[in-house]
Amino acid sequence: MIRFILLQNRQGKTRLAKYYVPLEDSEKHKVEYEVHRLVVNRDPKFTNFVEFRTHKIIYRRYAGLFFSLCVDITDNELAYLECIHLFVEILDHFFSNVCELDLVFNFHKVYLILDEFILAGELQETSKRAIIERMGELEKLE
Amino acid sequence: MALSGMRGLSVFISDIRNCQNKEQERLRVDKELGNIRTRFKNEKGLTPYEKKKYVWKMLYIFMLGYDVDFGHMEAVSLISAPKYPEKQVGYIVTSSLLNENHDFLRLAINTVRNDIIGRNETFQCLALTMVGNIGGREFAESLAPDVQKLLMSSSCRPLVRKKAALCLLRLYRKNPDVVNVDGWTDRMAQLLDERDLGVLTSSMSLFVALVSNNHEAYWNCLPKCVKILERLARNQDVPQEYTYYGIPSPWLQVKTMRALQYFPTIEDPNARRTLFEVLQRILMGTDVVKNVNKNNASHAVLFEALALVMHLDAEKEMLSQCVALLGKFIAVREPNIRYLGLENMTRMLMVADVQDIIKRHQAQIITSLKDPDISIRRRALDLLFGMCDVSNAKDIVEELLQYLSTAEFAMREELSLKAAILAEKFAPDLSWYVDVILQLIDKAGDFISDDIWFRVVQFVTNNEDLQPYAAAKARVYLDKPAIHETMVKVSAYILGEFGHLLARRPGCSPKEIFSIIHEKHPAVSASTVPILLSTYAKILMHTQPPDPELQKQIWAIFKKYESCIEVEIQQRAVEYFALSKNGEALMDILAEMPKFPERKSALIKKAEDTEADTAEQSAIKLRAQQLSQMSNALVVTDQRPANGNPPVSQLSLPKLPSSVTGSDDHNSANQISQENGILTEVDSQSPAEDLLGDILSPLAIEGPPSSTVHPQPNTYSGLEGTEAEVRAIVPAEEQANSVQPIGNTEERFHALCLKDSGVLYEDPFIQIGIKAEWRAHHGRLVLFLGNKNTSPLVSVQAILLPPSHLKMELSLVPETIPPRAQVQCPLEVVNLSPSRDVAVLDFSYMFGNDVVNVKLRLPTVLNKFLHPITVSAEEFFPQWRSLSGPPLKLQEVVRGVKPLPLLEMANLFNSYRLTICPGLDPNPNNLVASTTFFSETTRAMLCLIRIETDPADRTQLRMTVASGDPTLTFELKEFIKEQLVSIPTTHVPAQAPPPPPVAQPASAPAGMIDPGAMLAGLL
Repeated sequence: MIRFILLQNRQGKTRLAKYYVPLEDSEKHKVEYEVHRLVVNRDPKFTNFVEFRTHKIIYRRYAGLFFSLCVDITDNELAYLECIHLFVEILDHFFSNVCELDLVFNFHKVYLILDEFILAGELQETSKRAIIERMGELEKLE
Repeated sequence: MALSGMRGLSVFISDIRNCQNKEQERLRVDKELGNIRTRFKNEKGLTPYEKKKYVWKMLYIFMLGYDVDFGHMEAVSLISAPKYPEKQVGYIVTSSLLNENHDFLRLAINTVRNDIIGRNETFQCLALTMVGNIGGREFAESLAPDVQKLLMSSSCRPLVRKKAALCLLRLYRKNPDVVNVDGWTDRMAQLLDERDLGVLTSSMSLFVALVSNNHEAYWNCLPKCVKILERLARNQDVPQEYTYYGIPSPWLQVKTMRALQYFPTIEDPNARRTLFEVLQRILMGTDVVKNVNKNNASHAVLFEALALVMHLDAEKEMLSQCVALLGKFIAVREPNIRYLGLENMTRMLMVADVQDIIKRHQAQIITSLKDPDISIRRRALDLLFGMCDVSNAKDIVEELLQYLSTAEFAMREELSLKAAILAEKFAPDLSWYVDVILQLIDKAGDFISDDIWFRVVQFVTNNEDLQPYAAAKARVYLDKPAIHETMVKVSAYILGEFGHLLARRPGCSPKEIFSIIHEKHPAVSASTVPILLSTYAKILMHTQPPDPELQKQIWAIFKKYESCIEVEIQQRAVEYFALSKNGEALMDILAEMPKFPERKSALIKKAEDTEADTAEQSAIKLRAQQLSQMSNALVVTDQRPANGNPPVSQLSLPKLPSSVTGSDDHNSANQISQENGILTEVDSQSPAEDLLGDILSPLAIEGPPSSTVHPQPNTYSGLEGTEAEVRAIVPAEEQANSVQPIGNTEERFHALCLKDSGVLYEDPFIQIGIKAEWRAHHGRLVLFLGNKNTSPLVSVQAILLPPSHLKMELSLVPETIPPRAQVQCPLEVVNLSPSRDVAVLDFSYMFGNDVVNVKLRLPTVLNKFLHPITVSAEEFFPQWRSLSGPPLKLQEVVRGVKPLPLLEMANLFNSYRLTICPGLDPNPNNLVASTTFFSETTRAMLCLIRIETDPADRTQLRMTVASGDPTLTFELKEFIKEQLVSIPTTHVPAQAPPPPPVAQPASAPAGMIDPGAMLAGLL
């Protein structure tokens, strides 16, 4: 299962943090700091996987943004790696050509999208269309 | 620029972005927080829109790393807002700021429940999402039925149902009882028929969690999983939106294959065939393509398929395809694939016998150990560790040592631990082991845990041949100009103990050894000084005749430390000084250390103990556990704990073998062990301390080498109490029969357990013979009552006391037996259920004025309902695997076994109708047996038994018994144990009447001392 999802830029600013396991605030900030340090200096030619405490970080970099998932060591790494990409595609579709600023100023929308995509640390929906349509429904309600 | 739609929020975010430095940011945030606080305080003036805006701001500030605890309440209170926009913010921000342990969440339970059972679909979704993300136990208890209802509802949109599925998964993880409702498994099966792939994806995640804990309950779902996989793999009826780069939902494929890995086997031939076709397609049909995402997705499926094939132990052909694929992967340049190749090879080693094939890739794997990416190096290290055996240990360990010098800090500890373990496990000779450990300490002293050097000391102490070698080596290292403190410790210890063995070599006189060790003294820390003091004392003791100059030097050191602030150092200094003044006592007290008891390496244990933290149990690990039960020989140093109990260390040998988990720990919690004159409180619950007690205490003054541990009298007395109670249940009026039986009744009974006709009882007046026929769970016995006398026997009475599991009918026994006559009394037996209890015949008659009364055990023993059966490897292994773990498969280490040559043990088994199946176990010291048990409840049931003997110690063995019925498994295990622990002998005095076994099933000593068996007897 996914323990947490982080979206951080190169400087380590958190753009989104979602935890599916109970952590104290101090622990959350520590985790964010450590994960950033762990992934930021890795060579692009390296694997997208790196061990983190008793778990594994599956991360992928898009321009200046790092998407990191913390998963169990027994989980299927590539499946989660593509899960990141699917999420990015959904964001890209929703914001039409997403950039970091979209995510900064609309962080609350990102949380909404994420909640349609992943729940309880597991994939909920893999159809881009279903999620985009759902977002349309929700926007109408606001 | 995209804006948030809330102007105040956008302005705030822009302000933060414009801050030049952290300090400015803090000022801006503080200002905003102050503002929010005051606004929340006078809530009156706050519109719902403003409230919503402030709560979002708080979340943003929280993401920046600031504390916003004060606002938790506001976020939670928004949950009960009547309108969607506010409610939505309340739910989302609450699930981001709070976790399941926050008390505030309780305030929301009612609202959440109302939203879930209410009619507003949007509210349902919000509530399900929050509970799914941060719901705790309390939520699980109060909401599970409602969530289940939504999941199964036909009127809800898929949108709600997929959320309900994952929400239920969360609740299940918090409290597994939430699916403890009638008909749940059928509902689960129904969910797997779902056509909507979104709902199916969520349901499959739920299913994986359920099946990982209890596959037994979900056999009916297995064919459905195969069907789903087939549908996806063949791309039948998969909507376009669920294909990803042309691949039908790779995630659902992966999840489905994961679920299948939790079933031990797939028996249905159709499902099996279909599945193998699909897997074969995946294995053969996955090509490397240019598009990264497509390539990743298809390989995600491929690697999961590999795992499933490994699990199913497919035909050798497919397995070798897998190895071939993995061999290809570990050589590619694409780092992710190489990483996964290495990882899966390591997993494969755990479940399949592929060591030899993998060894061919050793060079390639070693290349990966030098990869620039630490992730790959870690996988390579794990794989090398896993594939190491006696044949390649030297090469691999040397590679690891070489790599150690250049490895970064993050890996050194693991690396050195692994090298140390391999050196210990596979050392071709012990001197090599010593070399490796000393090199490790030399190269990576900072990363060498105490366990590692304790272990080498144990080895050297226990192996006399090794002592001069180790001492010489230690001496050489001391010549190096700068050595690690751990090296000082280990070499000082070894030279203190064994330095005198080098006395004749150049540079090794006591004086020289002393001065080279003492050279290091100024640089060491307080933890090393006590070791040095002991070493000095030992050197002093070994210097014969005493060297006054050396004495003076060492005494001066002791003197110096007499007032040391560290109490350990001070005590040693004072005591050694006093002792060394008294020459003779010194000799005794500082004599060489006694051998350490053999025990499982703390290192290996440590490595095994590193338990991964995963949501679901690892399928591969479950599998490996099943397999290891099959093929692990009983080696003292490589002994896995039976039933998850901590291995009983030899130190606490007087502890009783126990089949009840955990009772060991209690028995000895207060055990005090007297070791080497030092009283140490040994807390057996923490093996680490136990080890410390072991190695550190010898460093203090050593008493006469009595390292034995006192038995714990309270344990025994406790048991005796129970035993007395057991006895008390037995009818007490053992009348003093004036008539003594002829022959040993006990022995007769045991003989009849093995054969079907013979004499059950005889005395001067009567002989009772027995003849029996057994067929499945029925038995027909005939009792032959023969009057040996010339006068009739009167008041003959035979009362049958059958145990609850036997239905017995004794035909009428005549009251009088005429002189020299024999009467036959048939007796019908039906075995209802497995049990070791036996029936008792309360037999009495009158001779003259004497009443003779005997209670005779009837040989209606468990083995009579066994039918010998020989099984082949093809039949045995799938069965053995499918019976995974307690209560169907039980394992126990049995001690105090009557030592028997293996052949005799095999004969013993055969005589009890437990057919030995030769050749099934590769280890010649092990026995594998099979049999069929018959009873009314179990019908014919196959039982499998495995005995692992220890050639070095024939009095202990490990036994694993498996059958499809938990009671049967337990009873059979206890039965066999009784036969092994006490081979029927004449330990009961011949004249004693057989002990009435009413409440005491087959009174073997094992039953007496084994609390587990006793408990079972009592129950």
